Amino acid sequence: MSIRLKPVDVVVVGAGLVGTIVSKELAETGLKVVCLERGRMLDPQHDFAMPYAHDELKYHRHSDIVQNLSRETITFRNNMNETALPMRELGSFKPGECVGGAAVHWGGQARRFLPWDFETRSRTLARYGKQQIPEDCTSQDWGLTYDELEPYYDQFEHLYGVCGKAGNLNGEIQLGGNPFEGPRSREYPNPPVARTYVGTLFAQAAKSLGYTPHQSPSAAMSQPYTNPYRLMLGQCVRGGFCSSHGCASGAKATPLTTVLPALARHSNFELRPFANVIKVNLDADKKRAVGVTYVDAQGREVEQPAELVVLASYTFNNVRLMLLSGIGKPYDPVGNQGVIGRNYSYQTGGRVTLFFEDKEFNHFIGGGTLGTSIDDFNGDNFDHAGLGFLGGAYVAAQSPGATPIRSTPVPPGTPRWGADWKKNVAQYYRRSFSITLHGSCQSYRTHYLDLDPTYRDANGLPLIRMTYDWHANERKLSGYITQKIVEIAKAIGPAKMSVAEPAAGRYSIIPYQSTHNIGGAVMGADPAVSAVNKYLQSWDVPNVFVVGGSAFPQQSANAPTGTIGTLACWAADAIKEHYLKRPGALLGN
Amino acid sequence: MQESVDQNAYGYLTQPEVRFLDAAVERLIPADELGPGARQAGVTCFIDRQLTSSWGTHGRNYRTGPWLEGTPQQGFQSRLTPQEIYRAAIRETDLHCNRQYGKAFCFLTAEQQDEVLHALEDGKIELESLSATLFFGLLLRNTEEGFFADPMYGGNRDKVGWKLIGFPGVAAGNYSEHLEKHNVPYRAEPVSILDIQQGKVRVDAQGYPKHVMLDKKD
Repeated sequence: MSIRLKPVDVVVVGAGLVGTIVSKELAETGLKVVCLERGRMLDPQHDFAMPYAHDELKYHRHSDIVQNLSRETITFRNNMNETALPMRELGSFKPGECVGGAAVHWGGQARRFLPWDFETRSRTLARYGKQQIPEDCTSQDWGLTYDELEPYYDQFEHLYGVCGKAGNLNGEIQLGGNPFEGPRSREYPNPPVARTYVGTLFAQAAKSLGYTPHQSPSAAMSQPYTNPYRLMLGQCVRGGFCSSHGCASGAKATPLTTVLPALARHSNFELRPFANVIKVNLDADKKRAVGVTYVDAQGREVEQPAELVVLASYTFNNVRLMLLSGIGKPYDPVGNQGVIGRNYSYQTGGRVTLFFEDKEFNHFIGGGTLGTSIDDFNGDNFDHAGLGFLGGAYVAAQSPGATPIRSTPVPPGTPRWGADWKKNVAQYYRRSFSITLHGSCQSYRTHYLDLDPTYRDANGLPLIRMTYDWHANERKLSGYITQKIVEIAKAIGPAKMSVAEPAAGRYSIIPYQSTHNIGGAVMGADPAVSAVNKYLQSWDVPNVFVVGGSAFPQQSANAPTGTIGTLACWAADAIKEHYLKRPGALLGN
Repeated sequence: MQESVDQNAYGYLTQPEVRFLDAAVERLIPADELGPGARQAGVTCFIDRQLTSSWGTHGRNYRTGPWLEGTPQQGFQSRLTPQEIYRAAIRETDLHCNRQYGKAFCFLTAEQQDEVLHALEDGKIELESLSATLFFGLLLRNTEEGFFADPMYGGNRDKVGWKLIGFPGVAAGNYSEHLEKHNVPYRAEPVSILDIQQGKVRVDAQGYPKHVMLDKKD
């Protein structure tokens, strides 16, 4: 039944953030590139046309651009003693499923990771000693430094038109920017987003406490912009309906707007939607990939031979394909051996909501990370001695474009329904805003991904199983920084306040938190504890590159999308400049 | 309100179920001096249309066994679809009301209805087929959705949910002009997708409506 196609040079699995950039960069060399996407094609002009793009019920609750769980999901348990059960409906995170992937409905947070994030373990050891790192913590250095990656951050930011104000230009601190960021080689390609009333109140309070507020970097354009692929993005109207939604005005940078139209011009490139890759095929000694097998729209198994395979899908799928294909040694948390599935991690979140009687914020105006933030409690920007945890968070006051199904906050003590609830919703929808904690999350020995022994997808293949809970380290981090936020909130002076600290309890799959699932096929300098080398190349099968959030050894406080796009630029460059010239392992094993 | 279809024709719910839901959603979001409640907003019609959509049979959910109860953190694990949950839970809640009060839910006083809803919320009523909290959670979620979703889905009639809170609906193209204004309320007559679809509101070349501003009062 299986159909065997003609060989191509490169097959890229997934047409999202990573797959589109890698395909574009490799197509430019003249190689024959095929990109396989499990979901359907999206055309932003039709799929996200006004007014239908402004449909909160559809995109928040019944979206058809996120993963269809009836075909494939994950299973989840808090710890190894429980039986993992399938995630039957979407909640905690929203992986994408169409051409463009999750980067179609992302929120546009585009902060670079801090230099510290890439050297978490060694810098923590150097500054505080071993006792600062929890015994079961498996966070590690990336095998790649910020300085090495800086040119590729620059490349990605110009592709995605990131808006912001530099805080550190070639080592010189710049007024108005984030003084804690790593040195950047040039200014952002677009000016920072406007400062709203919310941002002004937050900035004044933060400044009065000695912190350094700045405008959050955003990938929703602050002005019309043409990127290096000669694609045009419009100016964001800050109409809300942003995160979870496709952009109606072509102002949010996504694979559909910033890469795909340029990629489609290459005659040596082919995009195949509805092509669900189920396996990377290896040769007899398992040292070389010979192509991939996918299930096409008609349900047929199709074999696509290729010289080079790039796994460019979401974290779960990258890891699952490695496990299903037998690439690398599966992680065993009991024996603490193996690497595939190791170091799965997430994102620590939290918020303090401020309720006022005399201030209105027009909170429906916003979106695209329109916000003001401080980095004083991010990474190792503050002294952790005696605090009993590592990591940090950036703290922000955002105007996300509040829509009423999602955002009708009420003060503590308000009943969940009835006349009193109604009164409070009416009073506070316009008179409240939140200060959020967006925190790092270290990796731990018993937080991991493997194949579920029971539950299977529509193709009969095992689902990925997630074993995950909040750790005491993140609980302390969240508690400490939440108190700092409460101090800022008090300086602003609301009538009432509420505090939400998810990490204080057990991790739950139910409420939406973030689509920031990372790790499981992590990069590193040592093959004993990493799945891929610093170029995102599999240690075991050198003609397979695995690029994505799956490569992060632990989670930075900063949202992952920008760094994932940057890794795509970095890996594509390594393939072009090194691998293609001498195919084989780029680093000794 | 002009509609292309009759908003009181139901595709899934039976008439006793409509009476139950009309009564229940009115307690969850009651009509009062602030404005209409969920019943007048058409939330029962909204729920009916949701139940006839693919969501009503959990068309995008993972629906393969084994079906185990799981921990609270593991989320929805019921074998039942929303259609089945509403059908079974309404019948079984009415049985409870008949036993307890001698009447179906819709004929109880408002105080008695609140009593029943609180008991469902707290899991103090034993339903035969499913947990009371599962049903209540779904009912509350759908009621809020039906009160605040675009009127194109059958609820939020006359945009009463949006008017209550001051949400302008489909965004105008000139929001950027208001970004840096401090404590200046933006009050507009809300615009829905339905309004635009019905040609009641003009849109600009990009498809954004022009908002009609309301007098600034609270």
